[in-house]
Amino acid sequence: MLYRESGQFKTNYKQDSAIFPILQDRIAIMFYLAVAFIVIPIFGSNFFIDSMMIPFLIFTLAAIGLNILTGYTGQISLGSGAFMGVGAYSAYKLVTIFPDTNVILLIVLSGFFAAGIGMIFGLPSLRIKGFYLVVTTLAAQFFLEWAFIRIPWLYNYNDSGAIEVPRREVMNVIVTGPEASSVTRYLIVLSIVVVMTWIASNLIHGRIGRSWMMIRDMDIAAELIGVRPLYAKISAFAVSSFYCGVAGAMMVFLWLGAAEVESFDSNQSFLLLFMVIIGGLGSLVGSYLGAAFIWMLPVVLRALPKLFGLDINTATVEHINFMIIGALIVFFLIIEPNGMARMWSMLKQKLRVWPFPY
Amino acid sequence: MSFDQTTTTADGRTIGGPVMEVKNITLRFGGVTAIKDISFDILEGEIRAIIGPNGAGKTSMLNVINGFYHAQEGQITFRGETRSRMRPYHAAVSGISRTFQNVALFSGMSTLDNIMAGRALKMNKGFIWQMLRYGPAMNEEIKHRRAVEEIIDFLELEHIRHTPVGQLPYGLQKRVELGRALAAEPSLLLLDEPMAGMNVEEKEDMSRYILDVNDQFGTTITLIEHDMGVVMDIADRVVVLDYGKKIADGTPSEVQRNQAVIDAYLGVPS
Repeated sequence: MLYRESGQFKTNYKQDSAIFPILQDRIAIMFYLAVAFIVIPIFGSNFFIDSMMIPFLIFTLAAIGLNILTGYTGQISLGSGAFMGVGAYSAYKLVTIFPDTNVILLIVLSGFFAAGIGMIFGLPSLRIKGFYLVVTTLAAQFFLEWAFIRIPWLYNYNDSGAIEVPRREVMNVIVTGPEASSVTRYLIVLSIVVVMTWIASNLIHGRIGRSWMMIRDMDIAAELIGVRPLYAKISAFAVSSFYCGVAGAMMVFLWLGAAEVESFDSNQSFLLLFMVIIGGLGSLVGSYLGAAFIWMLPVVLRALPKLFGLDINTATVEHINFMIIGALIVFFLIIEPNGMARMWSMLKQKLRVWPFPY
Repeated sequence: MSFDQTTTTADGRTIGGPVMEVKNITLRFGGVTAIKDISFDILEGEIRAIIGPNGAGKTSMLNVINGFYHAQEGQITFRGETRSRMRPYHAAVSGISRTFQNVALFSGMSTLDNIMAGRALKMNKGFIWQMLRYGPAMNEEIKHRRAVEEIIDFLELEHIRHTPVGQLPYGLQKRVELGRALAAEPSLLLLDEPMAGMNVEEKEDMSRYILDVNDQFGTTITLIEHDMGVVMDIADRVVVLDYGKKIADGTPSEVQRNQAVIDAYLGVPS
């Protein structure tokens, strides 16, 4: 009964073209934002913020990046982990070179380096599609991993080969480094993710997003209508890599505090692809749901035995965890191949007409 | 009947000089010659049909016209511009738009978005504005939405405006595709079997839309169609192809009486 659009008349195209045309959706978004910005920082424990919310948001951003490329433009990529790495390493170099510049600004700027590299590795997409493109993006993954190990300049010639985040302050608040508080880091991550989600949603609903989807659905017809595949594909690679790059920089600077090349290996790329597929290809909500499913569920499952007072050793819990997650992935994909985003929209549709079946 | 100057048809439409001249086009795929030395013209404002048995090279001809295939020999003049090779993008820019034999819609997008997509060339507001979806980008979006709504109105697609086209029945998909082609406001509209697989009522509807487009917007139309009844009814002039060669060209009644055409369709008595 609460979720009804009856009586909400749209009298111009601007209202009808709004991203959330239904009032209840707009209220819901405000509610989520209020919870995220006010309730969680005040009541969330450090553990909850540090090992659940921050990584969830970072993975969401990377999943949005991959979704722009794979879900909206139809170019499957297995190089997203490496593009996160490009963001992380370039943020590290930027912080080294410009020690006095605002570190948040540098984190966002590092996305441009990832975008540049992404555009270069996107060039093969002009000639090849599908599985063959997957192979070339995997080549990008291997090449960049190699670069992160073999170019010592990237990690300032450290003996360990790892990048460690220095302490940086913005307006006298410690933002990065071991002394930075969870809440500060959480609020920065949240702000960046919210703004970038908003931008992604704007792009997708406009001319550029349509050109991406045209390429995805029928590239021949798209070209005939006047979309240049070069611009559409390369811009998708650039935007996607930008998002992955910023996510990678945040991952090192605002979550882990230090990272090695292993953080950006092909497992990371696969993990992101799983998030996007389970969450829903071509859906921003799906990116959130997918990241929540893949990242938060294991954390919750790990905490369950303790909650019920069961004494199971950690290794067993970990094994059971893998089995449950694996089974759930298969289960979800069987009942809804289009991902959790589709379930979400079906649920909303049911709610709209409730208590009637249709 | 002479089509050299502006003429007026029986139903009061004006037909002008040639918009497109196809001269001696030959298209080969390896050793196979798909089109051999074909020439014809398309006049401003007319409905021109290309017919012929399966494999006659009709679709290949359309593909040459809008730049999917590059002919080895011959040239095409469109609105005074002669091009022997061009990309589909340039065909779109110069005002040629088309539909496909097998519906080539963007199946994941709504009807509205599909037709909006047809206006891709008319929208150009930059990346920064698109990121903000504000100011010029939003104004442009609204302006084109208004034009698209007129097409939706014209083709009676209001009720499926927000439905993803993948879920629509075949007849409606064909209509959405016509809408998408119209959204570009083409000066030459190529229709590849617009009525394939339709029942009689749907064919009547589609014929009405084609005639209305031609009449109201003055769009020059070239169509490929297998339903001879439809072709004879709506076309002003007909080109007949067989085995990649042109065997006849003229008004529907002329073509109907042509012995070569009858032989091609019915076989030569032995």
